[in-house]
Amino acid sequence: MEAPKQQDTSFTQPNILDEWFVPKKPNKDEAEAVVRPSVSYWKDAWYRLLKNKLAMIGLVSLILLVLMAAFGPIIAPDSAETTVLQNQNQPPSSEHWFGTDELGRDVFIRTWEGARISLFVGVMAALIDFIIGVAYGGIAGYKGGRTDHYMMRFVEILYGLPYLLVVILISVVLKPGLFSIIIALSITGWVGMARMVRGQVLQIKNYEFVLASQTFGTKTSRIIRKNLLPNTMGPIIVQMTLTVPSAIFAEAFLSFLGIGIQPPFASWGSMANDALPVILSGDWWRLFFPAFFISLTMFSFNVLGDGLQDALDPKLRR
Amino acid sequence: MATYLIKRFFAMIVTLWLIITLTFFLMHALPGSPFNDERNTSEAVQKNLIAHFNLDQPVSVQYIEYLKSIVQFDFGPSIKKSSQTVNDLLGRGFPVSFELGMVTLVVAIISGILLGIVAALKHNGVIDYLAMTIAVLGISVPNFVLATMLIQQVAVNWELLPVATWKSWKHMVLPTLALATGPMAIIARLTRSSMLEVLTQDYILTAKAKGLTPFKIVFKHALKNALLPVVTVLGALAAGILTGTFVIEKIFAIPGMGKYFVDSINNRDYPVIMGTTIFYSALLIFLLFLVDVAYGILDPRIKLHKKEGR
Repeated sequence: MEAPKQQDTSFTQPNILDEWFVPKKPNKDEAEAVVRPSVSYWKDAWYRLLKNKLAMIGLVSLILLVLMAAFGPIIAPDSAETTVLQNQNQPPSSEHWFGTDELGRDVFIRTWEGARISLFVGVMAALIDFIIGVAYGGIAGYKGGRTDHYMMRFVEILYGLPYLLVVILISVVLKPGLFSIIIALSITGWVGMARMVRGQVLQIKNYEFVLASQTFGTKTSRIIRKNLLPNTMGPIIVQMTLTVPSAIFAEAFLSFLGIGIQPPFASWGSMANDALPVILSGDWWRLFFPAFFISLTMFSFNVLGDGLQDALDPKLRR
Repeated sequence: MATYLIKRFFAMIVTLWLIITLTFFLMHALPGSPFNDERNTSEAVQKNLIAHFNLDQPVSVQYIEYLKSIVQFDFGPSIKKSSQTVNDLLGRGFPVSFELGMVTLVVAIISGILLGIVAALKHNGVIDYLAMTIAVLGISVPNFVLATMLIQQVAVNWELLPVATWKSWKHMVLPTLALATGPMAIIARLTRSSMLEVLTQDYILTAKAKGLTPFKIVFKHALKNALLPVVTVLGALAAGILTGTFVIEKIFAIPGMGKYFVDSINNRDYPVIMGTTIFYSALLIFLLFLVDVAYGILDPRIKLHKKEGR
């Protein structure tokens, strides 16, 4: 009794007319067109970085800081090296935008000259860490086995050395100055980079494309440069971005202790140090401006580094 | 576990030896003698002094002698402050620095963890953003900047707390605050991210399903696992606080080890620099060792004797 009913419903033919169907005319352009533009890894990361507001604030203020470090002393109304004793310890005014110090020097100009030194130290330290760390970590990770074992033992020992103490020790021994600081910062600074690169290379070297390269008889140095490093570039860049603020901090720390940049040169750290005796008398501008710009620079690099870390992480890629 | 500990212990000794050697030879590579200063001493006195400090012997002999005395915890005499030894300075300064460091560490750990928990529980809320802004600022503002700002505002402008020295709890507030903010920020960020991860796990759901109070869920179940990453950075944080005391003690005129260290740097009092560096390094290396061991005990998943990096 039920079967016919079922048949009734399932076999009812809907009224399909032939004119509903129009054959599509072949269109050569459309057939080959890619609907969505292909997005490379770097482009994708860049788009995601653009969406990160905090990282963008960091990037923009860094660009501004670099511009000011380059052109700040030029646009100031006062000239750089004038020491007019009548102008001692003046608060900020239209003539001296950030006030003057106890020798009558313009704090605005000194702040941007300090910026040059601080940024230079930070970037140089990051670059040297990059060169040594990537070479060392790349070789250790790629060679593996006994080479890796001994190379990493050495790194472990260096890693155990307290960073700032070593920096202080070397700065005491070397003649104080810009290059001593950079040497002191780089002597143990590359260790973190080497560890990171080695870990990445250990992972990547087992992929098939590396095997393919090896089968072709490619030289080790070329495999490291062309196959392994481009694939670790993301974490390396993040590491470098985070090295810069710690180097800038270390430089400021050294200069604050009096073993960093020596007069007549100024860095933010040494300016803060010079300002220490006068804050009790209320000359706030001497401390405020260098302190503010150290903090702003470290803030910018830190948030940019955090943003890059998120943007360059392939696991977060959609 | 035992083999790991022994291995780790030997690595610690090697690192220490490296520090001592590095320090020793760096100091001896310096041109000139420590007695070449403005004081006019006769040749005989100079000779006596040099003999007194063993400086007339070959470097290798001096090195062995120095190693021997370090092993006996004798860091040698101070050259600039006659009649004082490095041990005297350490004995006088270290308790103060230790007090400052420990208070700072405790304050940083407690406030950092609390801040991290609150931020994680109110994820993407106003409190979260506020807490993380504080954390980023805490990382970005160097401790000596914070210290000087605190002195200017709290001590000079508002006259709430004393400016310097080390006498009562009131003297401790500002230095501790200046030192603790950075480590606090790092701990807060770590706690937040690991807490966020832990809170999504099944056993937390189970705990909620059992009807436990949020307080119990957070402090009894979630926090235990969320704190593991925090433990790993404790060694580095302690190192940061320790070196941070150098500047903080200088700024607040606290008679601790850091102040003597900075003074010795400025006076170029090499035995004191050497002794203090070695002492601090030993302390830090020992702390790192303790943290590693604690980590192994806290996380049963980590097998310490496992060979790493293969």
